[in-house]
Amino acid sequence: MFELFTRLADWMTYSIMGLEKTTKLADAVHFFIEDTTKIFFLLALMIYIIGFARSYVSPEKVRLWLTGKSRLTGYVLAALLGAITPFCSCSSVPLFIAFLSAGIPLGVTMAFLITSPLVNEVAVVLLGNALGLKFTITYVGTGLVLGIVGGFVIDFFKLDKWVEPYVWQIKMPTPATAEEAEGWAWREKFARGEAIDIIKRVWIYVLIGVGLGAGLHGYVPREWFLEHAGADNIFAVPLAVLIGIPLYSNATGIIPVAEVLMNKGVPVGTILAFIMSIVAISLPELLILRKVLKPQMLLFFVGFLFVAFVGIGYLFNFIFGG
Amino acid sequence: MEITVFGKGCSRCESTIHRIEREAVELGVPVTIHKITDEIEIIQNGIMTTPAVKIDGKIVHSGGIPSIEAVQSWLT
Repeated sequence: MFELFTRLADWMTYSIMGLEKTTKLADAVHFFIEDTTKIFFLLALMIYIIGFARSYVSPEKVRLWLTGKSRLTGYVLAALLGAITPFCSCSSVPLFIAFLSAGIPLGVTMAFLITSPLVNEVAVVLLGNALGLKFTITYVGTGLVLGIVGGFVIDFFKLDKWVEPYVWQIKMPTPATAEEAEGWAWREKFARGEAIDIIKRVWIYVLIGVGLGAGLHGYVPREWFLEHAGADNIFAVPLAVLIGIPLYSNATGIIPVAEVLMNKGVPVGTILAFIMSIVAISLPELLILRKVLKPQMLLFFVGFLFVAFVGIGYLFNFIFGG
Repeated sequence: MEITVFGKGCSRCESTIHRIEREAVELGVPVTIHKITDEIEIIQNGIMTTPAVKIDGKIVHSGGIPSIEAVQSWLT
């Protein structure tokens, strides 16, 4: 089915631009055209389809569903809902307070906030396109488990003390959800709106990411990666995670780069750890959450994710490697 | 017409304000837009997701940029 995009890239690279087939430039250009056209097509299609499912959930509804649930159900449900519920990162603080004021445990709230940036339909589309179904399922599963375990650990160590005390005092009135139309016409419009909105926001990252990937693809030799990030380099995983922490991008920008890393022989676990570190730990997000969380909690959060990502990296290198 | 837009100054909040201003000019309705950026105040208004819009003491929209049709329906 995707041959169409290869042929389109063939035609544009060799016929329209007249590039010589075996040159590095042609290679990079071909990669860029094939990947961007395919990604935009898949994104539009997937977001539109998933948009229908998303029209049934909103953070307000999630808050209702999570209220009064047992902890165990809470972690699992929060992680699952985090994966499909859209919210803008500038809503993190109101959302956080709203969850706590409804009596939802801190760990359950954090499970939601951990999974939300890690697992989303854009990441799923790009991973599926770049690295295949097996890797995508692994990624989604790992992301969910990470949210569940993270939430559990936070409650286990009773880290409520590291939430700014004023947060507990806030009484939130019942969320005033705007009246929404229901029915298929509304859901179709919602799904279409989502597709347009998300593509408008991510297209530039797709171009940058694929551009970067195309450059690496065409110009950096495989030996370089094997030497620095290959399976023999025991420090590659922690290093990849460390490099990923200050780098901030959403999944969109980084996955096309990951695809090239994979093709160049960098092991799966290392790539997984690198992507997760970039996507899940973002300094702007941490600064926003500083308003409700004490520095100790932010340090714990980053520390937990660091250890988890390194563990995941080694684990999957072990499972998929050799 | 008094309209309050809630949100911590992210690009979506700005787009919401611009959209309301543009439609108001288009329809010739005079509006005063108040911006609430403080998260505590946002939460105390019962809002979880921003940008949100409040008109005459009623939350008419929450989470995401409102559609042009929605904005027009508030103004008329």
